[in-house]
Amino acid sequence: MSDMQDYKSSLGNAESRKFETFSYLPSMDADQIRTQIEFIVSKGWNPSIEHTEPENASGSYWYMWKLPMFGETDVDAILAECEACHQAHPKNHVRLLGLDNYAQCAGASMVIYRGETV
Amino acid sequence: MAKKYDAGVKEYRETYWMPDYTPKETDILACFKVTPQPGVPREEVAAAVAAESSTGTWTTVWTDLLTDLDYYKGRAYAIEDVPGDDTCFYAFVAYPIDLFEEGSVVNVMTSLVGNVFGFKALRALRLEDIRFPLAYVLTCNGPPQGIQVERDMLNKYGRPLLGCTIKPKLGLSAKNYGRACYEGLRGGLDFTKDDENVNSQPFMRWKHRFDFVMEAIHKAEAETGERKGHYLNVTAPTADEMMKRAEYAKEIGAPIIMHDYLTGGWSANTQLAQWCQDNGMLLHIHRAMHAVLDRNPHHGIHFRVLTKILRLSGGDHLHSGTVVGKLEGDRDATLGWIDIMRDSFVKEDRSRGIFFDQDWGSMPGVLPVASGGIHVWHMPALVNIFGDDSVLQFGGGTLGHPWGNAAGAAANRVAVEACVEARNQGRELEKEGKDILTNAAASSPELKAAMETWKEIKFEFDTVDKLDVSHK
Repeated sequence: MSDMQDYKSSLGNAESRKFETFSYLPSMDADQIRTQIEFIVSKGWNPSIEHTEPENASGSYWYMWKLPMFGETDVDAILAECEACHQAHPKNHVRLLGLDNYAQCAGASMVIYRGETV
Repeated sequence: MAKKYDAGVKEYRETYWMPDYTPKETDILACFKVTPQPGVPREEVAAAVAAESSTGTWTTVWTDLLTDLDYYKGRAYAIEDVPGDDTCFYAFVAYPIDLFEEGSVVNVMTSLVGNVFGFKALRALRLEDIRFPLAYVLTCNGPPQGIQVERDMLNKYGRPLLGCTIKPKLGLSAKNYGRACYEGLRGGLDFTKDDENVNSQPFMRWKHRFDFVMEAIHKAEAETGERKGHYLNVTAPTADEMMKRAEYAKEIGAPIIMHDYLTGGWSANTQLAQWCQDNGMLLHIHRAMHAVLDRNPHHGIHFRVLTKILRLSGGDHLHSGTVVGKLEGDRDATLGWIDIMRDSFVKEDRSRGIFFDQDWGSMPGVLPVASGGIHVWHMPALVNIFGDDSVLQFGGGTLGHPWGNAAGAAANRVAVEACVEARNQGRELEKEGKDILTNAAASSPELKAAMETWKEIKFEFDTVDKLDVSHK
């Protein structure tokens, strides 16, 4: 039993709160965010940025940061918007989506800046 | 001029072999693999299959002349060699759409795989593929929600979904069962699942199970902040009982229920799928008994046909085989029926065993479920083969973790996310899998322990049912 580890997750431990894809991995660094943006652009999806207070993360609708960046393929421009959203809402979760207008569904969705979970 | 009645036995090929026939866009087309009795000509056997699966019987009857049989009959219109097997051949049959009741896979299959399969002139018969014309597809209800709606309902994007079948299959009490679900869900699974033979036995009646499992879901959702589900199996001895269980699942807020579409039957399945659509419920489909029908290369019904039947009858998930796990499934053939589940148009592709173009129009797709004998080391291959629109289901590969279900679930969740992240970065998963997992395990002790536990397990038996592609 001594080798066995307890699974540290509880209602009282805010760190147990997750936020879907990639939230079980360590938070992304700048390079990792860039490669994921490149992936979204390579798929032909429309990048979109949303944010929320962590206590409201479980709903379907987060706040849109401006409008989705329809047709934007400049990775630096997308990255700059991600950073601008994070600067404006430093305590919030910020997620990056790739909107697939053919499937009418997000092809990708990931939190790239993590707020403080509650 | 009208025909005269001439009693007696005619050769089938006089009426049902029509090599010059060009199939209509609205015809239902079928490809049979026919193994005839020795000495019977191919055309006669093919015509007999067309006759016996449509309007014909063994002798001429006077009532034939009361209708326009030339309109209603099935037509054998082509014969082809089976690559690498001289004992059999492919027969292609076209059926006019008016032979079948709208929206009824039951009716179509009662004709196509009915009496003809016991026909004495045949040693064996296998239904390899069916082309359902769009005109027929549109009469069917199809999947209750479809892939995109499911993603929106469950808030899960850009990765495969993760599930786990609760074990032992049978014998747990409802409270212990709910515990096993809770542990898996809090560890990071999206779904847990009733095993197919969990219905409502004396050791665990369905209602107790539903109640305890919902408590598990609610707590795991509060704990992780993510949306969760459990496939509540509503397969039951009668359709009325099935509907009763489905209604209760909805009443207590379950997002998804489950049905076994072959043992439960297609009428029941179609009814349940329509109810799910009307009630905003997802429907997971298990396929117990499929191997009885689809495993013999010379006799039965190919799984790609059973896949089409399910998409028409209705279901949001369907077990597809894993390619890499403990159960049978040739890789190219599996890729073929995965396309049949998900895509809106599937091109004829003999290298994947697909005999006809299949247009699904706007009918939603079905998520393939990879389940059976898989564990974290299979993850890179699974993500590569199945892509994001799939459910990867680890039973023993979750519950068998040395630290328990929560740790097993977390290990799989970390592994799937690491693989998706790496794929998005352009890395080759099946080549670099070990590296990707090892790197992810550096920040996940649960994954590290899982990798140590299952390192040596492999399943390398050859498949029994291979595609007919190699010429002798």
